[in-house]
Amino acid sequence: MESLMAYVIGVLFAAAIYMMLRRSIVKLVIGLIILSNAANLLIFAVSGMTRGAPPLIPEGAAVPLGPVADPLPQALILTAIVIAFGVLAFAVVLIHRAYEVVGNDDLDQMQDTDT
Amino acid sequence: MNPEVVLPIIIPLLAGALTLAFWRSTFYQRWITLIAAVGLLAAGVSLLQSTRESGYVVMQMGGWQAPFGITIVADLLSAIMIVLTGIIGLAIAIYSMVATPQRHQQFGYFPLMHLLLAGVAGSFLAGDIFNLFVWFEVMLLASFALLTLGGERAQMEGAIKYVTLNLFSSAIFLSAIGLLYGMVGTLNMADIGDKLSQVEHTGMVNVLALMFLISFGIKAAAFPLFFWLPASYHTPLVGVSALFAGLLTKVGVYALYRVYTLIFIGDTGYTHTILLWIAALTMLTGVLGAAAQFEFRRILSFHIVSQIGYMLLGLALFTPLAIIGGVFYIMHHIIVKTNLFLISGVVYRLLGSYDLKQLGGVYKHRPGIAVLFLIPALSLAGLPPLSGFFAKFLVIRAGLEVEAWVATAVALLVGLLTLYSMIKIWAEVFWKQVPEGVDSALLRGQKSDRSLWILLMPIIGLNVCTLYIGLNGQPIYELASDAADQLLNPSAYIEAVLGERS
Repeated sequence: MESLMAYVIGVLFAAAIYMMLRRSIVKLVIGLIILSNAANLLIFAVSGMTRGAPPLIPEGAAVPLGPVADPLPQALILTAIVIAFGVLAFAVVLIHRAYEVVGNDDLDQMQDTDT
Repeated sequence: MNPEVVLPIIIPLLAGALTLAFWRSTFYQRWITLIAAVGLLAAGVSLLQSTRESGYVVMQMGGWQAPFGITIVADLLSAIMIVLTGIIGLAIAIYSMVATPQRHQQFGYFPLMHLLLAGVAGSFLAGDIFNLFVWFEVMLLASFALLTLGGERAQMEGAIKYVTLNLFSSAIFLSAIGLLYGMVGTLNMADIGDKLSQVEHTGMVNVLALMFLISFGIKAAAFPLFFWLPASYHTPLVGVSALFAGLLTKVGVYALYRVYTLIFIGDTGYTHTILLWIAALTMLTGVLGAAAQFEFRRILSFHIVSQIGYMLLGLALFTPLAIIGGVFYIMHHIIVKTNLFLISGVVYRLLGSYDLKQLGGVYKHRPGIAVLFLIPALSLAGLPPLSGFFAKFLVIRAGLEVEAWVATAVALLVGLLTLYSMIKIWAEVFWKQVPEGVDSALLRGQKSDRSLWILLMPIIGLNVCTLYIGLNGQPIYELASDAADQLLNPSAYIEAVLGERS
């Protein structure tokens, strides 16, 4: 399972960077979305994937019995998803507005601010 | 329990919420902003006092003991940064009261400014690496909105570059946090430092160190990751430019100082050598970029990049004197850089342009403003007895002591080229005659502008700070020296956060 995830994450990162290197700003944002998902999956995969062992403490016990899944990475991913959602929502509005102002979705046409 | 350590985060957050509540009345928003800025500065000064007395001020949020809960911790460097945030916040608050057009104020300029300050303060105080990521995002989101406020074409183009590279940096930061957590199983920075000093140093630690370097390097605008900065910093309102110039890149520098003195200290021969090269190339490319420019704010933007190099040089040399120099440099730079951007705004108000070719005659008609420019400009170039001289002197002397000849030579050369750039601005904007066809009625005082003196207030204040750092360097040096001592003694930080262990 872990090695499969490793490949999936690798492909996602590659796809994200490929999309970000393209000239269209829409593809740029798609690249950013994939990138944030790849990072989230990476956290999930490297912190150890445990199946069928929720981190619950039985009534009366002080600690969980036996090994359980680590809940912290999931909390991290949840936070990261929410943040990425907010930021990407902004990015989508930004490219829409940029498209309106520039009249083009080609990054190569956006050179007013270059040296 | 030290609730005072969270005040610098709570005050701007509260002010942000209050200004949102008064969305329709920009009058109240302005005054809330001013009061909150004073409050932030006061909280920063009191925090600095506490850290000078007790070394570290730690608070475990929600009473969860470290390393399980989120830790908010201030050491001297954090407290210094908070004070500087307060100074810059206050200067921008006063400046924005008259400089920000009503249209921008109605679209949430002040709430965004407070959220930005909250994010910056949070980043300086975070003791937990994931918390640091969250504060980075708070700061970034506010900065995205501030950067695009107004919606002009150049702003959109600049913002796309800014947003993309910063989001990329966040994704790398997040991945690095995930990998780090997978390795040591903790997120508390003190605990990570502690655990990493015990594990066998494998190649993985260096990989992580470089991932953090790339991520924070993008935020700090280090070579070769700085291209978003000169593409975007000259596009927004001048108050926003000045705020960004003073604080945002320095958050990246602060984060580098934190992780490279606390966490990644096992293989300094590898990591800090890379930093050294990055520092030298950052200085050089930044200053050469500036030499080619003829737009006031773009020249200053490229100089941010080159100055970041000096701060990184202090960290890269990694001797006590170098770290002192680096901390001193950060203090000097934040004040001077913000000041220069504010002056570019005043000149824009007088003559209506940022293009050096369209400017001129300020010295003849307004010698006071010319002097106010000359002090920070010469300080930036490092002329004695101004603050920049001591900052450069410390870093360069530290470089000579460890015989890093190339980097030191670059630092000296860059100082000279900085002087060239500043003299170029001086000659074009202040000495030259007013170019023909430029409406200079405001400059000559034929039209009156009563709000001008409010714009000049923060500039005068920041000038006083620069002169104070320069002419009264000893206490500032001692402060930087204490901060550097703490940075070079991570075990004290770890003990302060995690408590005494048997």
